[in-house]
Amino acid sequence: MAQPLEFEKPLLELEQKILELQKFSAEKGIDLSVEITTLEHKAVVLKKNIYGRLQPWQKVQIARHSERPNFYDYVQLLFEDFIEMRGDRLFADDRAIVGGVALFKGVPVTVIAQVKGKDTKENLQRNFGMPHPEGYRKALRLMEQAEKFHRPILTFIDTPGAACDLAAEERGQGEAIARCLVAMAGYHVPIISTVMGEGGSGGALALGVGNVVLMLEHTFYSVIAPESCASILWKDPSKAQEAATALKFTAEDCLRLGVADEIVKEPLGGAHKDAHRAGEELARVLEKHLSRLRGEAPEVLRQKRYDKLRAIGIFQEKQRLDQSVSETLTNLDEDVKITE
Amino acid sequence: MFKDIFRKTKYVTISSVPAPRRLAPEAAPETVMIRKELPDGLWVKCPKCGEVLFTKDLEKNAKVCTKCSYHFRISARERLELLVDEGTFAEWDNDLQTVDVLEFPGYSEKLAEAREKAQMPEGALTGRGVIEGVPVVLCFNEGAFMMGSMGSVVGEKFTRAIERAIDLRLPVIIFSTSGGARMQEGILSLYQMAKTSAALTRLAEAGLLYISVLTDPTFGGVTASYASLGDILIAEPGALIGFTGPRVIKQTIRQELPPGAQTAEFNQEHGLIDLVVERSQMRSLLGRLLRYHQEGAGYGSAVRI
Ligand SMILES: [Zn+2]
Repeated sequence: MAQPLEFEKPLLELEQKILELQKFSAEKGIDLSVEITTLEHKAVVLKKNIYGRLQPWQKVQIARHSERPNFYDYVQLLFEDFIEMRGDRLFADDRAIVGGVALFKGVPVTVIAQVKGKDTKENLQRNFGMPHPEGYRKALRLMEQAEKFHRPILTFIDTPGAACDLAAEERGQGEAIARCLVAMAGYHVPIISTVMGEGGSGGALALGVGNVVLMLEHTFYSVIAPESCASILWKDPSKAQEAATALKFTAEDCLRLGVADEIVKEPLGGAHKDAHRAGEELARVLEKHLSRLRGEAPEVLRQKRYDKLRAIGIFQEKQRLDQSVSETLTNLDEDVKITE
Repeated sequence: MFKDIFRKTKYVTISSVPAPRRLAPEAAPETVMIRKELPDGLWVKCPKCGEVLFTKDLEKNAKVCTKCSYHFRISARERLELLVDEGTFAEWDNDLQTVDVLEFPGYSEKLAEAREKAQMPEGALTGRGVIEGVPVVLCFNEGAFMMGSMGSVVGEKFTRAIERAIDLRLPVIIFSTSGGARMQEGILSLYQMAKTSAALTRLAEAGLLYISVLTDPTFGGVTASYASLGDILIAEPGALIGFTGPRVIKQTIRQELPPGAQTAEFNQEHGLIDLVVERSQMRSLLGRLLRYHQEGAGYGSAVRI
């Protein structure tokens, strides 16, 4: 049984009550079926209300749930084989990023995944899923091989952000991430990036330059952690809940803003309620996109990836307004050129 | 919600440039630069050595302390004037306007303040100019505009400038000063890192030179994208450069950075940048580097510099 989140408690209490009534009824031989049916009906409604309209902050809690399945929980469901490759050949092997060669529905693929620990010990080993530069350089090394051997790349994002400490600064955290961005933009192989849990800022983006970006239903992908955003905006990290709403970072938001291409359904209440089903659905969606992308020519894949990135961003442009709309609006043009 | 934005009739909102868009050089909307007014106040105190400096003397010295060489922050336009041959700069895309697409709390007000403070429509200045006789595409962050942060407009302006450089077969110099990706445009800001980097992938494939000059301060998503991707990385003395700011590192993991961490010199010691160069030497250095990388200057050609 998964650790319940605060907003799930009313439902769990109700379910507990139903269980007790059923037990009582069976033990004492008293017919409580009317009462039980009423409560069961109530539970269905409550379930829909809670899980059907999860607020951004509740999604954050699900995405960060200590029992949320990580990459290793999905490995056997997704791949027929997975051979892990370690080290960046420069400094160390970072455990916050795992990579290797896998067989996906009979197709050899390169896999890069951010991995959070399941307990304190593992989290210390994996730095809570926050990669150091050597993690990104390992990812880059393995992705270069994917390009060399014409293997599709599947990346799995789940990080609060890139490691932030002196060591990361000394070894060029910024450069390590930037190199991943530049390299991924240039590859001729299909790339699918999946946000599996937390998509924390630049540290997540480093694996996010896909032809297709998938997001599991209860994940978020953000320029900044909601706590940090709240402490900058309102000098109060406890207002993270408001920040979570303001940042518009849920899977639906990212889909609308043109960053995510498809949302992968999770079992009711989140992937941690049924990792097996979550993994099967992810495999289904991945296969759908991969088989489509494998039909594209290498140069087309690269161009389309560029086009996708090129299209991200929303702004207004007077010049084009002029051309595309009407001359009644030309007076708008005049007050725009403030530099003249 | 932000989908309503597409229904507003007053402006047209463009959520993309149809790519690949090969812009003819003539198609680039260009505006002529103007001189920025001198800042108020007759004198300032050097934050490093405490010397009282007359604003006029400071201006004459490219805003570098005459006593201790402390480099004051300067605006994009001031930097531009220190660099380009007179009258050669043509500005691009000055008509791109920011959209508060997330309807983010306080963003509209912050934008208005920033426009006022920086006297610029957004936090980026891009265009084409000539440095010591060599034509070049130039991009600048404007630090006074929301800490030089990168949202959709900054990302788009830089990307267009890089794409035009490819069309015009010109080298690119980007002067960074930025707190990183702009929080108020959420995930769109984050992906400007990928967008600008992807344009630089193409620039590199076209065999064109990219010089990145990191100035005080350069952090976050900008360090983790274009600022770190130069063929040559140059920084001004004392400039703070890093991925995570010292305050955030302290808050997050309670680690106090040692004195001098994240300075230009620290970055150079750790092998992360090529050169630390005084502001007064920047133009001549860039001029030399541009000449040595001019087309036809490579091995096998008859050109002598
Ligand atoms: Zn001084």
